[in-house]
Order: sequence, then structure tokens, then C-alpha cells
Amino acid sequence: MVKTTVESERCKGCGLCTAVCPKKIIEIQKENRNKKGYFYAVCTQPLSCIGCAICAVMCPDCAITVEK
Amino acid sequence: MERSLMKGNEALAEAAIRAGCKCFFGYPITPQTELSAYMAKRMHKAGGVFLQAESEIAAINMVLGAASTGVRAMTSSSSPGVSLKSEGISYLAGSDVPALIINVQRGGPGLGGIQPSQADYWQATRAMGHGDFHVLVFAPCSVQEMVDMVVKAFDTADKYRIPAMILADGLLGQMMEPVSFPEINPDSVDKSSWAACGHGNKREHHVINSLYLQANELEDKVNERFKRYEIIKENETDAELYLTDDCDILVCAYGASARIVKSAVNSAREAGIKAGMFRPKTLWPFPVKELNKACKNASELLCVEMSKGQMIDDVKLAINCSKPVSFFGRTGGVIPTPVEVLEQIKKIGGKI
Amino acid sequence: MPVVFKRPDSLLDVPMHYCPGCSHGIVHRLVCEVIDEMGIEGDTIGVCPVGCAVMSYDYFGCDMIEAPHGRAPAVATGVKRTNPDKFVFTYQGDGDLAAIGTAETVHVGARGENIVIIFINNTIYGMTGGQMAPTTIPGQVTQTTPFGRDPELAGYPVRVCELISTLTGTALAQRVAVDTVKHIKEAKEAIRKAFENQKEKRGLSIVEVLSTCPTNWGLSPVDAIKRLQKEMIPYYPLGVYKDVTTKEGEK
Repeated sequence: MVKTTVESERCKGCGLCTAVCPKKIIEIQKENRNKKGYFYAVCTQPLSCIGCAICAVMCPDCAITVEK
Repeated sequence: MERSLMKGNEALAEAAIRAGCKCFFGYPITPQTELSAYMAKRMHKAGGVFLQAESEIAAINMVLGAASTGVRAMTSSSSPGVSLKSEGISYLAGSDVPALIINVQRGGPGLGGIQPSQADYWQATRAMGHGDFHVLVFAPCSVQEMVDMVVKAFDTADKYRIPAMILADGLLGQMMEPVSFPEINPDSVDKSSWAACGHGNKREHHVINSLYLQANELEDKVNERFKRYEIIKENETDAELYLTDDCDILVCAYGASARIVKSAVNSAREAGIKAGMFRPKTLWPFPVKELNKACKNASELLCVEMSKGQMIDDVKLAINCSKPVSFFGRTGGVIPTPVEVLEQIKKIGGKI
Repeated sequence: MPVVFKRPDSLLDVPMHYCPGCSHGIVHRLVCEVIDEMGIEGDTIGVCPVGCAVMSYDYFGCDMIEAPHGRAPAVATGVKRTNPDKFVFTYQGDGDLAAIGTAETVHVGARGENIVIIFINNTIYGMTGGQMAPTTIPGQVTQTTPFGRDPELAGYPVRVCELISTLTGTALAQRVAVDTVKHIKEAKEAIRKAFENQKEKRGLSIVEVLSTCPTNWGLSPVDAIKRLQKEMIPYYPLGVYKDVTTKEGEK
């Protein structure tokens, strides 16, 4: 069981996490903006997440927490 | 009390150590170099830090770093070097960090000369860096007063969280006089509410900073500081009034010039001219009340400076230009003689 | 559930003002991870620069001092000399460290000042809107080199690690990057080594971090990473330029 949480208000939608995710399951969704006006990242297939935390390591805003 | 013969520059250094100064950061420049040399010999024995920096700029910033952690820190220089320090002094003021800066003035502008001068009055009292701020400015006129004012400057700086300057000159710095060091009990101001010395996981982190990007926030900060300046103006002015009760002519001078003026005033009295002397010991805050008291009965004021006339602005402002103020000064490192000053007094005396 | 990855405690829980994709956030985190792992937050004093990282005093949980432009190493010297048992680091950009603050930087190395310098090299002035930095690569377009940096006119970049590694008082001079997970791991190890050096009183440790500035480079964060890899790393090779703890470094 892996839980990857993106804190939407922290995310600036830079997309570095999506570029490095080995499973390609993090994406910058284009429907909701946070209070700062950014489209933020979401984990689209939580069940496929392997908890490698590479996304979190690349995130400049410490917006991602990974639990395993 | 034990008296010893000491050079002004060395007395400044010894007094600072006794006042609890824990570090000195300097850079060589004539005519203050003996101060650094003395610190290099003495400071480590006193358990403090001496460091010769790579520049005046680095030295004042080392002071900023050390003083930010709550220790008593100082630097010293002479006119061209003080110009370089002005950036750091502005940051000290903008971050409310107390520290001591000594300026043993020499002639300017530019590289100027190495002889004594008082041409940095405007810089010290009006433009010690960019922005809205003041530093405390003390003006000693003897080696003993250099000692006393170093202690006073550290105490006052700590009390109000404001940088302080001793505005001396090459004459005082190089001069030897008997001096005694009183039992100094450095005011122990508690700096734990702001000093950035490591929070030890026991409190919120402290930030020493002068940046406020919101205009209103910066205005509030500056206004708060100026309220403190008003309290300082009310409580911290100091001046010597010499033969002023009945004087017709009041001669205003500070620092080394005041020693010459005193001789001239004595000679004038012998010649039957009622002259007196007003000597500000604090240049900022300027002793406005004291000057008005001193010139109550005078019909004319004379300002004597080792410059083209800088303190004269404050003299005129202090009395609201209510009386004529004339000026006599020598500049470029030339020291006025008592005879020259006496001539000026007589000239004014002849008119009265 | 056990946490695999979370914000380090000494990185304060506030949003950072940096642009999307800016490397500052990563480097802040690495410094804080090291501070947390060594358990030294309460004994650390940081000095921030003038530039984009000026407001890092709002992010680092240790005590912080904001220095005038380029003077952070001098301020840190004042802190360290009077508080030798505390950990002191500066966090500086390329304009701050290698242009206006060159003298201060060189002399903390010369004195072997026992501090850590975290040096962000992104080849541009970010805060003022993208002017030429001392590290701007020949040909690079900036606001003040609109036709590309011409060495005939604007001179050549300063290679900081190479320069500082020549000084006897330098304990560690290492260039790292934060473009990949592997490099980020190496960067953190270098920062850890720098703080350990300070603990062991070995002298100046400088860690140069090749970083991105997507906004002022006019690139997306992902393309900015590609530029770092394609243009910066060849010009500024990664590696250890001096390390007094290894035989090689003692050469």
C-alpha cells in the first residue's frame, strides 16, 4: 500500500514530477486551479504507485509526501 | 586611580576591551592604525577576537555578523575607509543591530590627506549610508574623553539598538595624554529577545533583516525607529558649556577644535572680551537645548571647525537662525591656531 | 503508514516565493535535510544573500541573518569567530558570490574560515529580471547581453570551484547539480560533507550547485533542466575540485 499526496496549494504546476515519474502516473491536471492560480499535479493511478518518491525528490516546493 | 600615558588610538582600544567589546574587525588606514595594532596585541588576551579583514567593507560586515549574535562588536577606520563602511552601517541601522564604529578623521575628499580634519561631520550626522536613519555620534576632545565615550557609546547603542560612532580626528588619535580607566561595569543589556545566536530548539527562529518589500510595512518600521530617535534626542544629548553665563560671543566647536577654542576664549577674556564656548559632546543627537541655554545672552555666535563649515548648519538650525552665526575654519589637515581664533573673536567683539 | 518522503522539520512549513520549477526549493530542502539529520538546527545560523534567495530567512528554521549584497561570507565570519561552536552557512547566488562579493568569497577561503557556502550557479541574475551574471556562458542571451554574451565585450565566466580550490584554507570545493535524482543525492552528500567538515574544523567548504532559472531563461521547467544538462554541465564540469579528507584532495 502506497500513498502519494500532492499538497495542491503548494504545487506550482512546474511539471518536474511528471517528467521523472517512472510509472507516468503523475500529471498536471487542467481542470482545477489552486488559490495561486496554478493547475496542480495529481496522482492519477494511486494503485499503480510504487512509492519510489522520485517525484517528491524533484519537487522544488516540497509539495509531495510519500507514505508506504 | 592609576594614570598612564597613552595615545588616543590606543586608549580607544583599551577602553573598548574594558567595556566588554568581544571582537574587533579592522583594516589598516592612517591615522587610526595604532588602534588595530593595539587590538591585535590585547584582544586575544582578553578572550576576544581580533581579525584584520580584506577590506573596510568586509570589516563592517563582520561586525554586522558578530553583533547580530548579540556580542559587543566594533570596527575603526579613517575617513575614506568610513565611506566604504557606510553600506554596512546602513544595514546595521536597518536591522536594529547595535555596534561601535570609530572614525579618526583625516582630510578629504577622495584620498585627501593624512592630517587631522573634521570634514566628516555631515557624513556622520546626516549621511552615514542610504535611507532614513541616524547613528549616535560622540565627539571626544581629549584622550580621557575617548575612554569615557567608548563606554558610553556601547551602552547607549545597546540600550536603543542603534549603531554608535565615535567621531575623533587624527590629532586626538595620535596625541598622548595621561588617562585613567575607571572601573567599567559594562551595562548588561539582555539581547536574547532578538539576537541570532542559535535558537537551541527553545524558541522561534530569530531573523536579523532590513528588507521589507511592502511599503507600508517598511514605513511602519522606520516610524518605529524614529520614535526611538525622539526618545534619544530627549535623553542622550550632552555638551560642555564654558564661561557661557555672561558671554557676548559664543564660540561653538567640537573635538580637537574645541581645545584650541578654549585657549582663544581664555585669551579673549584676558583682553576684556566676554567670550564663551559651547562644545557639543554628542553631535547626533545635537544638544539643541544646551546650545540655546549657552547663547541666551550672546549677541553673536562663531563656529570654529577643521572643515569648510559643516556643524555650523546644526548651530543655525538649533537656534532657528535667531542670532548671527559666523564661521572660521581651516581644512585639508591644517589646524587652526588659538591666535587665529582669537582674531576672529576680536573682529566680532569690535562690532559689538 | 511509515513516511518515505516528507518535508524536513527545519524547512519551515510556508509556501516559497520562487517561480515554478526553480531549483532553489530543492537546494533549500537538501540543506535542511542535512541539518535535521545532524540534529543541529538549534545550533545553526544561516546567512542569506541579496538576490532571489534573500527571503530564504522565511524558510530556514534556524536563526538567520540577511547580509548586504555579496557580503554574506564576511557576515558569516563575524558570526563564526564569535560563536565558534555554532554551525554557520551562507546561501548565495552567482551575482552575489562571484561578482560583487568576489573579495569576500576568496578571503574566507584564504583564511580557511570554518563555514559552509552553498553557492547557487544558474548563470543569471534572477531577482532583477535576468541580467548577465559572472557565470553567464559565452553566447547566452540575457537582458544585458541581448545578442549573447560576447567574451570580447563582456569577458569570460568565473569558474568558482576551480578558483576556490586553489586556496590553502579550502577544505572542500565541489560542484554538483540538481537536474536528476542521482545528482540530487550527490548534492546532498556534498552538503553533508561540508557540514561535517565544519564540525571537524577543517576550513571552508563550498558546494556549488548548478541550478535552473526557467523564468529568466525563457524555458519551461523541464526544458530548463535539459539546458542545464546540455550547456551548463559541459562548461562547468561536476566533481570534487578539492577535498582535504581524501588523498587526492591533498595534492
